[in-house]
Amino acid sequence: MEFQSCVKIINEWDIVAARQLGRNVAKELGFGTVDQARITTAISELARNIYLYAGQGKVCIEKLYEGGKSGLLIIASDEGPGIPDVRKVMEDGFSTSGGLGAGLPGVKRLMDEFDLDTTIGKGTEIRAIKWLR
Amino acid sequence: MRIPILKLYDCLLVSIQWELDDATALQFQEDLLHKIHQTSANGVVIDITSIDFIDSFIAKVLGDVVSMSKLMGAKVVITGIQPAVAITLIELGIVLDDVLTALDLEKGLEKLQQELGD
Repeated sequence: MEFQSCVKIINEWDIVAARQLGRNVAKELGFGTVDQARITTAISELARNIYLYAGQGKVCIEKLYEGGKSGLLIIASDEGPGIPDVRKVMEDGFSTSGGLGAGLPGVKRLMDEFDLDTTIGKGTEIRAIKWLR
Repeated sequence: MRIPILKLYDCLLVSIQWELDDATALQFQEDLLHKIHQTSANGVVIDITSIDFIDSFIAKVLGDVVSMSKLMGAKVVITGIQPAVAITLIELGIVLDDVLTALDLEKGLEKLQQELGD
């Protein structure tokens, strides 16, 4: 754990703050413009999910250094209601908010690694990594 | 801060110059429709050259404003979508169907003139 910084997600402005943080860290790590856009978009989707479904939570960005490669880890966590049917939310086109938020399959495609941990009544934590190529 | 909407003959011209937050995007949606109504514009070009990412919310707002403008009788062309934006939109799974696009402002205005039959 070399470096971590977090943004609390409470209102819409925090979504902007979270993606700006992510973009800055992505730039520092040397990601190109396309990967910067992927990371920024993924953070925006995850932060919006927190805002829409959990009310509040936080997005943390961490720099990773592992076996000679570096990457960026996004941790989006909340203490919201949890996701009842994980398989369903990972299906393309599934939405409970009428088209707001492209959903988690999109975020998974934008990132290299994607891990979802959710408990009903306790909350959700999503970890997504993009490696610098 | 509001996004300026300029009138150019029978068209409206919008250049989005900074990162859109949710409130600004929704305000823009409303402002553009009012401006179409006020000016009786037939066409709109929205240039997003300066935008370096679009998430699903902004995509929805843009897609909606195109449909809403169409309802009012105005055609919209979106110009200047950056390579990174095109890549992330498709990977994210967002399809902007029925949205006219062009590489840059110049080509967008040409496309709009063709569409409007001049």
